[in-house]
Amino acid sequence: MKSGQVPAEQGKVVRPDQRILVLFAHPGQRYSRANRDLSKAASGVDNVTLIDLYALYPRFKINIEVEQQRLLDHDVIVFQFPLLWYSVPALLKEWQDLVLEYGFAYGEGGDKLAGKCFTCVVTTGGPEEFYRVGGRNNFPLRDLLAPIEQTASLCGLRFVPPYALFAAHSAAGDDRLPRHVDGYRRLLEALRDDRLDMEAAEQMRLLSAETLPMRRTAQTGVKR
Amino acid sequence: MTGLLFQVFVYLCAAVVAVPLAKRLGLGSVLGYLIAGIVIGPLLGLVGSETQGIQHIAEFGVVMMLFLVGLELEPRSLWNMRGRLLGLGGLQVAVTIVLVMAASMALGQPWSVSLAIGLVFSLSSTAIVLQTLNEKGLMKSVGGQSGFSVLLFQDIAVIPMLALIPLLALPELAQHASDAVAGAEHHGAEMSLVTGLVGWQIALVNIAAVAAVVAGGHFLTRPLFRYIAAAKLREIFTAAALLLVVSIAFLMTLVGLSPALGTFLAGVVLANSEFRHELESDIEPFKGLLLGLFFITVGAGINFTLLFDNLWFVLGLTVGLILLKAAVLFCLSVLFSMRWADRWLFTLALAQAGEFGFVLLSFTTKNAVIPPQVADLLLLVVALSMLLTPALFILFDRVILPRLDKGQQRPADEITEHGTAIIAGIGRFGQVINRVLKGNGYQTVVLDVSADMIDMFRKFGIQTYYGDASRPDLLNSAGLQEAKLLVVAIDDVDRAVEIVSHARRERPDIHIVARARNREHVYALYKAGANDIVRETFDSAVRASRYSLEAFGVHPHEAEKLVTVYVDHDRDAIRRLARLYDPDLPITENQPYMKLMKEIQAETDAALSSHTPDVHDRVKRAWLPPGSHPDEFD
Repeated sequence: MKSGQVPAEQGKVVRPDQRILVLFAHPGQRYSRANRDLSKAASGVDNVTLIDLYALYPRFKINIEVEQQRLLDHDVIVFQFPLLWYSVPALLKEWQDLVLEYGFAYGEGGDKLAGKCFTCVVTTGGPEEFYRVGGRNNFPLRDLLAPIEQTASLCGLRFVPPYALFAAHSAAGDDRLPRHVDGYRRLLEALRDDRLDMEAAEQMRLLSAETLPMRRTAQTGVKR
Repeated sequence: MTGLLFQVFVYLCAAVVAVPLAKRLGLGSVLGYLIAGIVIGPLLGLVGSETQGIQHIAEFGVVMMLFLVGLELEPRSLWNMRGRLLGLGGLQVAVTIVLVMAASMALGQPWSVSLAIGLVFSLSSTAIVLQTLNEKGLMKSVGGQSGFSVLLFQDIAVIPMLALIPLLALPELAQHASDAVAGAEHHGAEMSLVTGLVGWQIALVNIAAVAAVVAGGHFLTRPLFRYIAAAKLREIFTAAALLLVVSIAFLMTLVGLSPALGTFLAGVVLANSEFRHELESDIEPFKGLLLGLFFITVGAGINFTLLFDNLWFVLGLTVGLILLKAAVLFCLSVLFSMRWADRWLFTLALAQAGEFGFVLLSFTTKNAVIPPQVADLLLLVVALSMLLTPALFILFDRVILPRLDKGQQRPADEITEHGTAIIAGIGRFGQVINRVLKGNGYQTVVLDVSADMIDMFRKFGIQTYYGDASRPDLLNSAGLQEAKLLVVAIDDVDRAVEIVSHARRERPDIHIVARARNREHVYALYKAGANDIVRETFDSAVRASRYSLEAFGVHPHEAEKLVTVYVDHDRDAIRRLARLYDPDLPITENQPYMKLMKEIQAETDAALSSHTPDVHDRVKRAWLPPGSHPDEFD
């Protein structure tokens, strides 16, 4: 399927049907309201494949062939994870180490992922003010995610700014979580329907439920 | 009866006293036996003329030894040896005969006598050389292999020699000899299938006999041994193994061939058989004892009166013979471009005359080729040269090798044909281990007691040997001394413990992986010295419980952590309980054990329960959101 031009005058949405792969990694799911609700929302969106990596590989024995085929079968790749020690959970790192092979994802002949879209959906324990120069964590979240951004770049993936929820633990107590979950659903639908305003998004450091830049109609020229 | 018992007592006593002493002094077992023989024979006079008769029985040790040598040698490696066999062996025999003959004629013997002496002295002692090479682990070296090729050629060459000798008869001795033959016929002639046949007929019969041994060994022994193995009677298997060797030797003597050669062939044919290790360990003790007996009779048979009457002459002849043979061997080793260490080993090892010399000498006197008084002197030379052989080996070990080592690096030991892993038991458990090891390029030797199982695995191309691995000798012949790893995967609980403790005794450094039936078995295997002990159903039960947790909706990663906690607790419990385990007391009657077991059970249950308000619990500890308490989530 190729995302084609959608005639604006018809007034109804024609889905270009981008296929989305959400790779979800959380080692302590029973303690996480936020990620549980986010996963549930993701699995409710059409054309989204949600993979719980810790359920699939509890003993870290990743099936490289299956994972690579899964990447080939989708147009948008999403990492959904809690920030643990300023990085991805161990299994998601293992997944990158094994699946993003030389000759597949990068290097000679390694162009299999080039042109696909990529984003991270991150939750943090600390509030936003911790993630500032001079704050408790000293670095903005986007800077801490630089390794992932560069990984995407090396693989030729189009990097969409991370969709982040700060202080996820306390968010479960107020209305921030439901709003964030709803925003996640809208983000996934927009990616699927190719309605996210990429140019506007790329100007932002982070995405949030309130700042999602949408277009009314699908864009053209997003490569598969 | 008392006479027989006394004889047995004297021989065994001499061996038991002299051999360990000789080995401790670094002289080797062969010299020990020879000295034992000299002490009980000429020195103390405990045994006398009957040594001749005993020697005939003892020569059977040589026959068995060649059978065992054949078992170690697959047909392919025999074929690979053909160049050395014919080239080295043929040249050694031919050149030695010519030179000895020349020397003898120079000493004034007629040509026919000289030729006969050449034949006698061209042979070396298979018994001494192979025994010593094996003992010193030199059998696999180039020098050892070359020596073996020459010995094998000599054993074959004996057959034409026996045919040639009667043609050399001296007319003046013929009358005396025919009297002797007539005397012998009174005692009943030897059974033979070839008397009265002409040359080509004898040749046909010989070929038929050899073909029968090869074909029989190839097609008949397997079903026969499988049938016997099914009876599960160890002594009958031993009897069958002996019967095999004896019957081949008998057939060979009937047609006038060397029995040693026949059994050697049978050994080669059976080298690929699954019963190889079992046969080896069954025959081995008989071979050892008979060979020892043979060496004792050589020592006991030395005629000291005759020796001291002609001391310098006999010594001179002996030293001259050794020098001459050594010179021939040395030239051959240069011709075949061996390394220095192999060159000296080859030269010194084969420089003596051999036990076939005795046979040929008695045959020559019987056939009126060599006058008896000359033959008696020659007998002394043969015996003395054999007696000196261990000294030559010591010379090689102590003087030559150290000097060579200084100058040049010794070549690395060749990799032995034995596997680096022995797997005892190829049931459902051993199979997996064997496949994983073989699949990753590791050598294995597999032993099992089920003939059916072995049959099946052989069809799949898996080399498996029949044998009860709890027999120490069998374990040794499967290569326990060289192996890196022993996997004990048999069903039988008690035998598994026996195997482990035996292997640990023999090889303090080997790694032992053992399969355990239950906890008690774990304790016993641990005490016996196993490194890794695997309860046969534990891991599968753990997996099954993990699936069960997942079936209840527990997240797989969580389930994994939960069963890991259980496994850790269980392992820890086994370690603690092992200290209270008493092999003489049933567990249910062992009060302290039962008490601790109940305590540990309670601990494990508590650890698994998700209601423990302990943040640092093993399960919950894996990851928690900052500042949270696990209780909030239940």
